[in-house]
Amino acid sequence: MDLALKDLGDYLVGEFPDEILGCEVAFDQLTIKARHVSIAKVLTFLRDNVNCQFKLLVDICGADYPEREQRFEVVYHLLSLTHNNRIRVKVATDEQTPVPSVTGVFSAANWFEREAWDLFGIYFSDHPDLRRILTDYGFEGHPLRKDFPLTGYVEVRYDDEQKRVVYEPVKLTQEFRSFDFLSPWEGVQQVLPGDEKAGEAPPQPKPEGGA
Amino acid sequence: MGIITDPAQGQAPLPPGPQQDALLRQVTGELQDKGFVIASIDKLVNWARTGSLWPMTFGLACCAIEMIHAYCSRYDLDRFGVVPRGSPRQSDVIIVAGTLTNKMAPAFRKVYDQMAEPRYVISMGSCANGGGYYHYSYSVVRGCDRVVPVDIYVPGCPPTAEALVYGILQLQKKINRTGTLWR
Repeated sequence: MDLALKDLGDYLVGEFPDEILGCEVAFDQLTIKARHVSIAKVLTFLRDNVNCQFKLLVDICGADYPEREQRFEVVYHLLSLTHNNRIRVKVATDEQTPVPSVTGVFSAANWFEREAWDLFGIYFSDHPDLRRILTDYGFEGHPLRKDFPLTGYVEVRYDDEQKRVVYEPVKLTQEFRSFDFLSPWEGVQQVLPGDEKAGEAPPQPKPEGGA
Repeated sequence: MGIITDPAQGQAPLPPGPQQDALLRQVTGELQDKGFVIASIDKLVNWARTGSLWPMTFGLACCAIEMIHAYCSRYDLDRFGVVPRGSPRQSDVIIVAGTLTNKMAPAFRKVYDQMAEPRYVISMGSCANGGGYYHYSYSVVRGCDRVVPVDIYVPGCPPTAEALVYGILQLQKKINRTGTLWR
């Protein structure tokens, strides 16, 4: 199985020496890295070529790696029903660089790219309708970025004399606490309950006394 | 006809004058101050209201499934007179079942405002009670009581259907206890 994936990966790298930056097979999954300028060409090839036939776009998602130069990664997951095969295509980009939209290749990409724009701020050029899809209507910010706080900025609301719902700066009565019971530094108990006798040897049976 | 302190009175009708005025005023005052007839009307009205609580089911998330369970055959709510209505105009109580997000809050307030008085709110599940599992999220209202006044809180994640039925029964008790003709 790995061999077939490796062969496919090498074939693709051979077909697109400039556009594909590398391929990798890990955990029975094939991942190829592509340049963002030529992503549409690569995906069209993957969709139409007889050996690939990845006609189903499963997902487009974003990932944020703030320590990198190009902090975002757009990940395309494709599925081939005829060959029973999956492939992952990764594209690296940053906040200012737009990625060409692949709605021309897969029309399912429409809402996925809207989601990546809304939650990460990855801009897709030539997208027919790039606007927010999940966040609130006047929401500012891209929530799934690593520098966006969990609780948000201006996100508390209630109804008052204004007879409507209003936005206010966040006021938490209790800070978010994360518990890590297994860590030796933060864990409350060093011994998990039930493990108190784990290290001891089983008791030796005593010889029977006189009846 | 009120407490008559003078046993000699009441033998013959009083002629119009200050004594008759005083008697009439006394009787009206007592009737106004929750006399026997109005107390009975209160009980009748409370019986009618608790006997046919029609909820506007506001199923937002997973708690809606448990609410559906409460309506189905095992914990039948129809035997309490509770039939779900799709429109807020036709309902007395709204059961907020699920996480109330920031995007949903104005719509929820609008639905609540469309309900006619007397109206009640049951907050179901920990997300509706106080943000619940998503309390620290950027897009969740930390409890629907930030948007509407709540009468009954049903705890649980999700509350069992039985717990929701218990909550509805508690609401009935609350209406019996605090309800009047003019709410």
